[in-house]
Amino acid sequence: MKFIIAIIKPFKLDEVKEALAQIGAEGMTVTEVKGFGRQKGHTEIYRGSEYTVDFLPKVKLEIAVADELAGKVVEAIVGSAKTGKIGDGKVFVVPLETAVRIRTGESGEQAV
Amino acid sequence: MHILPRVIRAALACLAAGLLCRIPMVAADAPHPAPVPAPPVPTLEQRVAGLEAYLANADPAATLKDSKGNIPSGLTTPSVGVAGPGHNVWQMTSSALVLFMTLPGLALFYGGLVRRKNVLSVMAQCLLLSGLVTILWWLCGYSLVFHSGSAVLGGLGFAFLNGVSAAPNTDYSFWVSHNVFAIYQLMFAIITPALIVGAIAERMKFSAIFLFVVLWMFVVYFPQAHMVWGIDGFMNGVWNPAAGIKAIDFAGGTVVHMTSGWSALVLCIILGKRIGFGRDNLAPHSLVLCMVGTGMLWVGWYGFNAGSAVAADGVAANAFTTTTLAAAVASFVWPMAEWLTKGKPSVLGFCSGAVAGLVVITPACGFVTVNGSVLIGVAAGIVPWFFCYKVKSWIGYDDALDTFGVHAVGGTLGAFLTGVLARNGANANLAANLKDKVLDSCLQPLVFEQLKAIGLTILLAVAGTTAIAYLVKALIGLRPSREEEMEGLDLTDHGEPGYHHD
Repeated sequence: MKFIIAIIKPFKLDEVKEALAQIGAEGMTVTEVKGFGRQKGHTEIYRGSEYTVDFLPKVKLEIAVADELAGKVVEAIVGSAKTGKIGDGKVFVVPLETAVRIRTGESGEQAV
Repeated sequence: MHILPRVIRAALACLAAGLLCRIPMVAADAPHPAPVPAPPVPTLEQRVAGLEAYLANADPAATLKDSKGNIPSGLTTPSVGVAGPGHNVWQMTSSALVLFMTLPGLALFYGGLVRRKNVLSVMAQCLLLSGLVTILWWLCGYSLVFHSGSAVLGGLGFAFLNGVSAAPNTDYSFWVSHNVFAIYQLMFAIITPALIVGAIAERMKFSAIFLFVVLWMFVVYFPQAHMVWGIDGFMNGVWNPAAGIKAIDFAGGTVVHMTSGWSALVLCIILGKRIGFGRDNLAPHSLVLCMVGTGMLWVGWYGFNAGSAVAADGVAANAFTTTTLAAAVASFVWPMAEWLTKGKPSVLGFCSGAVAGLVVITPACGFVTVNGSVLIGVAAGIVPWFFCYKVKSWIGYDDALDTFGVHAVGGTLGAFLTGVLARNGANANLAANLKDKVLDSCLQPLVFEQLKAIGLTILLAVAGTTAIAYLVKALIGLRPSREEEMEGLDLTDHGEPGYHHD
């Protein structure tokens, strides 16, 4: 099993969700987050007062999937979240030891 | 069945009435001390003239004067010494409108512009001043401003509002009750220090504000208000023929906006910048609150400006009209300037423009024509905007909510433009003592009187505030600790958060 964490632009969330539904990824967790990568922050002026925006708003997706689906999921996220401009985000894939569905007690791939 | 008792009761009543009627007769039989001559009776013409004076907001006793200008002893009409209902209605309404500007208008305007951890602190400060200044006003503040005294400060004859009754004080109005006048003027004394709160928001201790304002009212506000509006005031050009500076200020451009704005600049420099200024995002937490507050300020300002006529007369009607035009034009020009230079018209720009227009028209509203007020609106949309967006960052002071940029710059601009645009056609009272100053031209001598008043006002505000700020700093300190400031004044000063997270 794989645990996929994707950081994307907030306005791309709907497109990514659609793309994931089409390839059969069932379920995800979405969090509003702030951060920076290569895009870095920038300086803004509000009413004559300067300030630095270090952290930009992003959306974080967390998806647990079976090994064979992981590649497709990454592909779907990259395909749908891409604008080609700086700040599009990143996808991380990490191995997942186990998963348990609380209601039934199933574990392993049946549970994701 | 009940007829008999009723008859008996009626008979008893007749008897009692008869006895009562006898009493004066008995008294008349007693030896009379000294015959009092019957008071002179006003003629029907005099009584009608007294009533007509009500329509013209004029002196109802004028018609009773003989050829030497004296009123015969005891001669009066029912119009003398009573409040005129219509004028009183407008003055009481205006008083409530001006209070509405502070509570909740300014509290919401400022509350929305600070970060969420400080929203209650500015609201608490507005509430504090409403109570505190009222107590000072009752104690002796009203007297120091509006009792006759020296050219700089009034006497103590009205301390504890002694002798301030429902009868008009003819120094200021022939028809508005003296106590209503005193409460109306109180509302100005409340909002003025509350305006200062904007510059020092998010970083001044509640206790320091408390002490600062008590001293500031005595050192800056009371003398300034007496000089401009007191009947024997040094800068009261309209009503005091002996005024040293023959300046005019209809509703408080110098008294309210310049004193608060210039004091705000000095205080925010002495206080220092907020932690994170120039680095962190200190942007408003709720422009929704700010917008709601702006609307209330605009509505309340009709009481502030048109109410300053102290009558529901033609001068008030003109002030009402000019106030509307200036506010509307400035609320349009400011965001347009933003749109052109920054690419987007902001809600804060609309709000600031409206307030700036209202500030700049304040000293002028009762003295200029409607076309003059449109020019004032244009100037109000450009000059304070330039100070808030450009000059502030060039100099680098932390005027948190732009009290200096809007109120000091706007008030000063307004005082100057009042000199340029005051016209005899807009206010007949200008002819009373200012015949040689108001010549209906843009470079009339009044302009120079206004410049002198601007200079004296800035001097008083800057010197007074500097002295008081350093005194308070030495006594109890001005700022909260770094930790307290980071946590937010809502919790550290008041022990309650503005918003709960469920």
